[in-house]
Amino acid sequence: MPKITVTVNGTQHTHEVEGRLLLVHYLRDVLGLTGTHVGCDTSSCGACTIHLNGNAVKSCSMLAAQADGATITTIEGLASGDELHPLQVGFKEEHGLQCGFCTPGMIMCAADLLNRNPNPTEQEIREGLEGNICRCTGYHNIVRAVQHAAGQLEAAS
Amino acid sequence: MSNKFIGKSVKRTEDKRFITGKGRYTDDINLPGMTHAYILRSPYAHARIKSIDTSAAAAMQGVVTIMTGDEVGHYGVPCGWQVNFKNGDTMKEPPHPLLVKDKVRHVGDAVVMVVAESREIAQDAAEAIIINYEVLPAVTDASKAVEAGAPLVHDDVPNNICFDWEIGNPKAEVDEAMASAAHITTLEFVNQRVSPNAMEPRSYIGHYDGVYDKYTLYTSTQNPHLIRLLMCAFVLGLPEHKVRVVGPDVGGGFGSKIYHYTEEALVTLAAKKTGRPVKWTETRSEAFLTDAHGRDHVTKAEMGFDGDGKIVGLRIKTFANLGAYLSTFSTAVPTYLHGTLLQGVYTTPKIHLEMTCVFTNTTAVDAYRGAGRPEATYLLERLLDLSALEMGVDPTELRLKNFIPAFDGITQPGYQTNVALQYDSGNYHGVLQRGLEMLGYEDFRKAQNEAAASGKLLGVGFSTYIEACGIAPSAVVGSLGARAGLYEVGQVRVQPTGKVSVFTGAHSHGQGHETTFAQVVADRLGIPMEDVDIIHGDSDTVAFGMGTYGSRSLAVGGSAIMKSLDKIIEKGAKIAAHKLECSPDDIEFADGKFTVKGTDKSLGFGDIALTAYVPHVYPANLEPGLDFSSFYDPTNFTYPFGCHIAVVEVDKETGATKVKRFIAVDDVGNVINPMIVDGQIHGGVAQGIGQALLEGVEFDGNGQIINGSYMDYAMPRADDLPMFELDRQVTPCPHNPLGVKGAGEAGCIGSTPAVVNAVIDALWSAGHQVKDIRMPLTPERVWSAMQ
Repeated sequence: MPKITVTVNGTQHTHEVEGRLLLVHYLRDVLGLTGTHVGCDTSSCGACTIHLNGNAVKSCSMLAAQADGATITTIEGLASGDELHPLQVGFKEEHGLQCGFCTPGMIMCAADLLNRNPNPTEQEIREGLEGNICRCTGYHNIVRAVQHAAGQLEAAS
Repeated sequence: MSNKFIGKSVKRTEDKRFITGKGRYTDDINLPGMTHAYILRSPYAHARIKSIDTSAAAAMQGVVTIMTGDEVGHYGVPCGWQVNFKNGDTMKEPPHPLLVKDKVRHVGDAVVMVVAESREIAQDAAEAIIINYEVLPAVTDASKAVEAGAPLVHDDVPNNICFDWEIGNPKAEVDEAMASAAHITTLEFVNQRVSPNAMEPRSYIGHYDGVYDKYTLYTSTQNPHLIRLLMCAFVLGLPEHKVRVVGPDVGGGFGSKIYHYTEEALVTLAAKKTGRPVKWTETRSEAFLTDAHGRDHVTKAEMGFDGDGKIVGLRIKTFANLGAYLSTFSTAVPTYLHGTLLQGVYTTPKIHLEMTCVFTNTTAVDAYRGAGRPEATYLLERLLDLSALEMGVDPTELRLKNFIPAFDGITQPGYQTNVALQYDSGNYHGVLQRGLEMLGYEDFRKAQNEAAASGKLLGVGFSTYIEACGIAPSAVVGSLGARAGLYEVGQVRVQPTGKVSVFTGAHSHGQGHETTFAQVVADRLGIPMEDVDIIHGDSDTVAFGMGTYGSRSLAVGGSAIMKSLDKIIEKGAKIAAHKLECSPDDIEFADGKFTVKGTDKSLGFGDIALTAYVPHVYPANLEPGLDFSSFYDPTNFTYPFGCHIAVVEVDKETGATKVKRFIAVDDVGNVINPMIVDGQIHGGVAQGIGQALLEGVEFDGNGQIINGSYMDYAMPRADDLPMFELDRQVTPCPHNPLGVKGAGEAGCIGSTPAVVNAVIDALWSAGHQVKDIRMPLTPERVWSAMQ
């Protein structure tokens, strides 16, 4: 079995993993980081989105073995201690979540979007989140949550 | 009752765990020694099982046990609602076995369950199982399944008819009214099958503790108690007091997690058999095959008008597809949740629905967000807009002419429909007029004409819907065939320090009960919200409740909590009166204080709580403690309503439709948390637009779902939708203590016909007099309609 070493949310882990083990299952089942969710089996829903070496990645679309040497951030590692990430604040303030299942992936994807484009238009936000499905919110308040995190709502009010 | 929290957009208390990845969904739970189940399913829609060979799989390392229909096929899940044939015969109710041993009836029908040390080993072992099938012809369309010579899904159900049913005025009276009509609009259409697609796939863990002879089932359900009752009393025959059912955080439901699924009983049986916890989590592909679908009606509807544009009659014939087996509430959806809504918001004097409910070789169909009411609304609202086009009148004027006049249900009586229901209160003109203001109707029509001149197709579609929420009272639904009551329980336990634990039988899977219910309790008791904890989802801690569906939580569950709060305050007044040396009648309670009327003598809520549990100075003959439980059985449904308006642009070259604006003016009665109610409307509207433009489960001729994955099934994504324009009006519910009606399904009920009407309007504006385009309105279908 391949042996991998990964740094997840600042902690280094070394494990022997089955070759076929998906990264998302490594995070959930081996490391117990269950905030990263599995919503589909075709890499279509984005519930499993994490940051791999600083970029948003669907963790169901790669093997754990392929992540050897990588630095990973999951939803559990996004806040700085007790201080929530601006997107976490935005999602709460703007009611950007209901059942919460897509939320971790949605936040991780949006964080990557804002890293690349700190001041996106509404259309850019919608296109940026196109790979993540939410069935609860109709995206209205998710868009607002991202605008909140980008500081656009305060500026507008 | 103070208004510190009620009516305010209080941010949700439950959000913290979800935004930090600490939500606890069933698949996140891992128990010591846990095993994993994989279910081998039929690849055929209809086939006889000739043989099953599990020997190679059983010999594989890591396999714990294998179960087949021979072992558990005599257990089956029940239907919760009995509907009879028109002639009084009982509906056909063929068994739905946990595992099939003779004949599979839809793709995905469960045949073998493998339990192993890991999910991967279980799946590997399942691949080593050999099943010989004799494949049979399949039927998937309800209107074809009733034809002579169609394959029989159940060998002993003639013509695949589960039951036929009718509602409304006598057929002859409706025929007479239609014969007198100056204009009849006829619409033949399909309300297509959709997949609910809650983002959390179903997941169950069975656990058996031999020391205490106690079962625990963790389940992604909307109603833990109902699952316990059905599984114990109707499936496995387990003693209910020895079974705990927990519905932890649940990632959306939309109806699909109401029902008692076979896998819940299977993991429970397997846990007892193996002595180890057994987890089963479906894949998304399995979800498409096994989560109950929604809608799937084939309808011919006719609406008759007199020369003045007044509706004189409505005549409908519908085939409803129930799938291969009866899901828990499947039979109630096309009947009591659909037929009873065909009055809509109109004074239609004569209505008749003829309904035939049919088995096919497809996944079961049951309630999906709205459940029958979207189908009724689609039928009515499509007919209204189409009739306006056909008669050359304005669709809003046609509605205004036919609306039921406003009534508050207090000084004016409720409105008795021709299809059994009595509406509680309504103001249908109000929501339409507000919607038209927001739209800027006159300006829109000008813009539409100008656009047409420059080759752009703009359209507007209207939908003025009504729905029935909080289905009740129990005695009435029982007389209609429900095999359950439809009350709710609410227990309020005041702790000695004045902190409050509230136990509700309602279940939150996104609706925000932990916030909304706490707002109500905090205001009623005059205490801070953080002093209130809302507990739900565990049959061991909450008294028997009915769960969350049908937009019932606040109207029914909130009312039960209000009853208990009243009892708390009444008892608190007795304790306060004793301590303040006055009569309880002289005590008034406000803002968390029991005060002797007309004086400044008072005791705080916390003082009274402590006294109740340290009853040293205490009224004689009064029990200690401050803890009340109440059951609330409503006297009627609640009837929210609203006006939804869609503005679309249709691309002439490609047929692609873009929703440019979506306006929703909803009246859901009093509102506790506007932010949460708006969120419910947003989500419902998105699902309704999804059905109109994107979604639909498609079968091939062999009964295979050809779009059973997220690669193939189109759901709305962020760039498919606009920002929604919302407003609300408030017509309180006259018959529950909070005056609330329900908001969970409204968006999904009103939106679909508005969007389709808008596309049809756009096409008519360019001279394409198209009556109907089959949903979803894909670019190809819209383009074809224009050729």
